[in-house]
Amino acid sequence: MLRFALQAAFLVAVGSLLLYLVDNVVGNLERLGIPTGFDYLDQPAGFAIPDSDFSSAQSLGDALIVGVQNTIKVSFLGIVLATVLGVLIGVARLSSNWLVRRAAALYVETFRNIPVLVIILFWYLGVVLRLPPIGEAVEIPDLTVISNRGLVVPWFDQVGAGSAFVLAAVVGVAAAGAVWIWRTRRFDRTGQPHHRALWSGAVLVTILAVGFFASGSPWVLETPERGERATTGGFRLSPEYAALLVALALYTASHIAEIVRGSILAVPRGQTEAANAVGLTGFHRMRHVVLPQAFRISVPPIANQYLNLLKNSSLGVAISYYEVTKVTRVSIAQQAPAVQAILLLMAIYLVFSLAIALATNLVNRRLTVKGQR
Amino acid sequence: MTTRIDALEQLPVPEGPPRRRLPPRQWARENLFGSVLDSVLTVLFGLFLAWAAYRVAKFVFVDADWEIIERNLTTLLVGSFPRDELWRLWAALFVLAASLGFGAGAIGAQRRREVAEGRALPAPKGLAIRRLGPLVVLVGVLLWFGGSLSSLLLVLAITGVAFAFNLVGRLWPERLQRYVPLVVLIFVGVAFLVVVAFGGVKWNDWGGLLLTLFLAVGGILMSFPIGVLLALGRRSSLPAVRVVCIGYIELIRGVPLITLLFMGAFMIGFFLPPGVERPDPVIRALIAFVMFTSAYVAEIVRGGLQSVPSGQIEAAQALGLSAYRTTRQIILPQALRNVIPGIVGQFISLYKDTSLVFIVGLADLLTIAENITKQPDFFAQGLIVETLIFASFIYWTGSYWMSRESQRLEQRLGLGER
Repeated sequence: MLRFALQAAFLVAVGSLLLYLVDNVVGNLERLGIPTGFDYLDQPAGFAIPDSDFSSAQSLGDALIVGVQNTIKVSFLGIVLATVLGVLIGVARLSSNWLVRRAAALYVETFRNIPVLVIILFWYLGVVLRLPPIGEAVEIPDLTVISNRGLVVPWFDQVGAGSAFVLAAVVGVAAAGAVWIWRTRRFDRTGQPHHRALWSGAVLVTILAVGFFASGSPWVLETPERGERATTGGFRLSPEYAALLVALALYTASHIAEIVRGSILAVPRGQTEAANAVGLTGFHRMRHVVLPQAFRISVPPIANQYLNLLKNSSLGVAISYYEVTKVTRVSIAQQAPAVQAILLLMAIYLVFSLAIALATNLVNRRLTVKGQR
Repeated sequence: MTTRIDALEQLPVPEGPPRRRLPPRQWARENLFGSVLDSVLTVLFGLFLAWAAYRVAKFVFVDADWEIIERNLTTLLVGSFPRDELWRLWAALFVLAASLGFGAGAIGAQRRREVAEGRALPAPKGLAIRRLGPLVVLVGVLLWFGGSLSSLLLVLAITGVAFAFNLVGRLWPERLQRYVPLVVLIFVGVAFLVVVAFGGVKWNDWGGLLLTLFLAVGGILMSFPIGVLLALGRRSSLPAVRVVCIGYIELIRGVPLITLLFMGAFMIGFFLPPGVERPDPVIRALIAFVMFTSAYVAEIVRGGLQSVPSGQIEAAQALGLSAYRTTRQIILPQALRNVIPGIVGQFISLYKDTSLVFIVGLADLLTIAENITKQPDFFAQGLIVETLIFASFIYWTGSYWMSRESQRLEQRLGLGER
């Protein structure tokens, strides 16, 4: 009975505090004549988004969608780069070579102890914007053009109808999946090496190649070329995007490196010794004994770093990269109601967080050894 | 009669294996040129590191124009703090140095007693110098930029006070040992009062590094009790309390800090009844930091609570302690000791995260570092690299120093009576 009363009292206290705040917000909004709903999303934005097709006549809701896309763009590539770099550096920290070990430690200690915002500003204001103007751009022929307008890399240019190739790609992925399952079953049945990654990879590449040429090579790789005022061809990474991407990747890599190192060290030494005892060589010992176990340990903290990278991408607002936070910030400046806009922004990030948490749980469940905690 | 536990505690702490010392030639063969691949790596990395070191050194000592830092040093450190009130900060530094010296002395004396009783290993030689290294470098660099004779003398005087109080700490009687943290806290409180009380300077005039530190220290101090309550609430047996606490923690951990700062900057006014004045920007940012950090502190404290063996709780219940006393006297003391390194880690994150107020326009270290490049004398000369490197250096030394201290603490707590 007392428990019930306590909980009821607690809920009433929390509830009335919330109610008080909500009441104040609604009252203030009405007093100031600010709309209370989310209808404002249909209003014209009044600002354009650089490096996109978004024009100022489109609605604020559409602007937010472009913002979400930009957040995903920078976070996804950032996660890929940070993982590759982080794993390399994490392994390098355990190298038997003193110099390599110290260099990796220097990298980690440098980047871990500087605020990520300072790194972002440094890359944007200190590096990218101080690159030469387009007329004097650095050009590596057939590869890239680097100037203060960004980085241009080779990209595919569509010259024919691509639908046949897309169909071939779908078939290829399905076939590769089937081969994977077949190899796995065969391995379970006979115990012979499955080499499933090799098998399905080969099937996929073959079907893609055949499909590409059979449909008359619908894409060509176009290399950037420097002109007087602009570069033609290729795909341009805007200065903001490039700076944010590099800074986030470098910063997160230093954290991932520490996790990788810690996870490898956390594999009990008995495992390595047992691998030695059954005669595995250095590579096989890492590949089949140490790394699989280290990987299992490292999944939750690395997923946490992915989430951090995604949340840190909100700092794009400081260098005017139009991800979802910057779009919200500009919307507020353009008379969008602040309360709704910020709540919506938080909700968007919560959805992102939940998605990453769900994916982590799925991976974790698959990796958990049965009978182990 | 000694019980078995006492006997165990008096066992000498085992020393680690002796460190191998190799002659340089053999050391190089083992660590640099173990195999062909190793040798190639060594040469490649050696060349790259040498080149990078050359570039950095050339920039710092030859190419960079540090005049902008020299002329704005006071602004970078304290922002628009009234210049004729600067003596308050110097006075506060004196008091803080005294408390630091006193605390270190008292802890050192305690440690020596433990060593004498064979309960701890003696500290390696030169440890104190290595521990203070980053701070010495920081002060040295600041003096180099701001090198006036008076500031040099003041720094020397502060160092002298620290050493004097170190002696006081060493002579502090053992039976008063448990009042040491209290004395240190009183010192810190006095330092704070020297700055703000008696017609002092309120925090809306604080800026630069001073504001950065105020937000970080104030943020962690205020989030700690809230975080502990949230963590206890999350493990409460009352479902309603649990759900509310979990909801708050997960909500905050799912959104970026900047959204909370935006909330402070644009929304707080709407939450207040009409006619109530909005708190000033510094306090609004502080509220955002406290809301954010308390959720993370709660998770750290939860880890600490979980690390208390359930036997402890069962034993307390067997003794007939109430739920409140079990929590207050059995669980929390053990749990909180285990979370100290985690809290220090969170403090370091917060110290770095305070730079985000750049986006909402408070004059912290980073904001000032960016703003001074727009002064007429320095405008459009690309000096942002110099100012950002200077800001990075300050952030870096603080963060690196604290993370090293936290590691030491972690080792000590692990080595202690557990």
